[in-house]
Amino acid sequence: MIKHDIKHHLSKELLLAYSAGQLEEGFSLAIATHISMCDQCRAELESMDAMGGAIFENLEPDEIDSDSFLKTLALIDQDVEKKTMKVMKKELPEPLADYVGCDLADIDWRPIGMGVKQKILVNSEKVSARLLYIPAGTAVPEHSHKGRELTLVLKGAFKDEIDHFGPGDIELADGHTHHTPVASDDEDCICLAVTDAPLKFNNIIHKIAQPFLKI
Amino acid sequence: MLVETKIRTVDHSITSVGCVMDSVNPESKNKLSLTTLNKNRWADLIWKVETQKDVSAFEELFTHFAPRVKAFLMKSGADPQMSEECSQEVMATVWRKAHLFDPSRASASTWIFTIARNKKIDAIRKQNRPEPEQLFSEEDYEPDQESTIELQQETERLATALGELPEKQRVLVEKAYLGELSHSEIAEITGLPLGTIKSRIRLALEKLRHAMM
Repeated sequence: MIKHDIKHHLSKELLLAYSAGQLEEGFSLAIATHISMCDQCRAELESMDAMGGAIFENLEPDEIDSDSFLKTLALIDQDVEKKTMKVMKKELPEPLADYVGCDLADIDWRPIGMGVKQKILVNSEKVSARLLYIPAGTAVPEHSHKGRELTLVLKGAFKDEIDHFGPGDIELADGHTHHTPVASDDEDCICLAVTDAPLKFNNIIHKIAQPFLKI
Repeated sequence: MLVETKIRTVDHSITSVGCVMDSVNPESKNKLSLTTLNKNRWADLIWKVETQKDVSAFEELFTHFAPRVKAFLMKSGADPQMSEECSQEVMATVWRKAHLFDPSRASASTWIFTIARNKKIDAIRKQNRPEPEQLFSEEDYEPDQESTIELQQETERLATALGELPEKQRVLVEKAYLGELSHSEIAEITGLPLGTIKSRIRLALEKLRHAMM
């Protein structure tokens, strides 16, 4: 990926949870995508992996079966199914492109009001991850969170009550944050939003619509 | 072929330099201890698996790492049979992905740990784990030898520094990696001795980016 001028990075806590393998899939998707765009956080993650490596190296070895090595060689000889990837434009970092599965222009966006559109990528009981498309100058309807929300800018930029966020920047909001991201005036904004509890929109109409929007 | 010769020569020089330094000045900060040489040995074995499909090199890796991978999976909550099967799959992945190992950014233990961790998420937690984009995929990238040696030494220092953490912190870190801590408990872990290894990895990444341009 091209180098971005990234100002907002991942927290140590999130990186450590990702390195230790403790994050839900949706959050891992945002972390992996940010790291694909940010060498600073990649170095941080790989240093945490080194810590995991040190702990792993010090484990008391367990006894393995006597035929373990031969079975492993047999596994190597088997054909591995190759991932068949559609040929796509290189618009998104790989981990995200795997989930989107098509070019940005071909995404089947669902409107969620005010010209804002979404595409749900991961929707488990605990965590959901979606792409948001916010037209230039438009605000995402005001919402707050019961849990955490990670927002990673992919294209364009937005600003909210906290700061300005450009490509590669990631914002972590907790359950108390009420924020209204507004896309910058010169370009439509596409971002990845991950929440570990349903988003809560403060407008009554959105509250009614929420179960249908899966937001 | 030129590249292979280059690496072999450098590797031998590491061994001899290490021995000389050990005997001349055992207190030297830069000396290559036996552990560093061993770690370099693992990296060398992975390189042999990659370039020569060397089965005896792989067997040596297997003998050391497979029992640790199994222990890691058992501690992470898998039953013995699943741990056994998964450790075979992890080691098969080591063979298949040997070309993706970058010794200027990770020790062999670290790299194999990440494969085992991903297997754990996949097999035990039945979840997909999105991974960051690989920075290179073919053999067209040759890791910088100096960075490699420094990284391996830094890994060793990190292991020592981990052992010197206050007991409570050390136990927390171990539990985090063995899957016994929740995400919110992980927030309690502070003061990790990662500053120097992080800057080493950062430098190696810059060199890699430069080589890719």
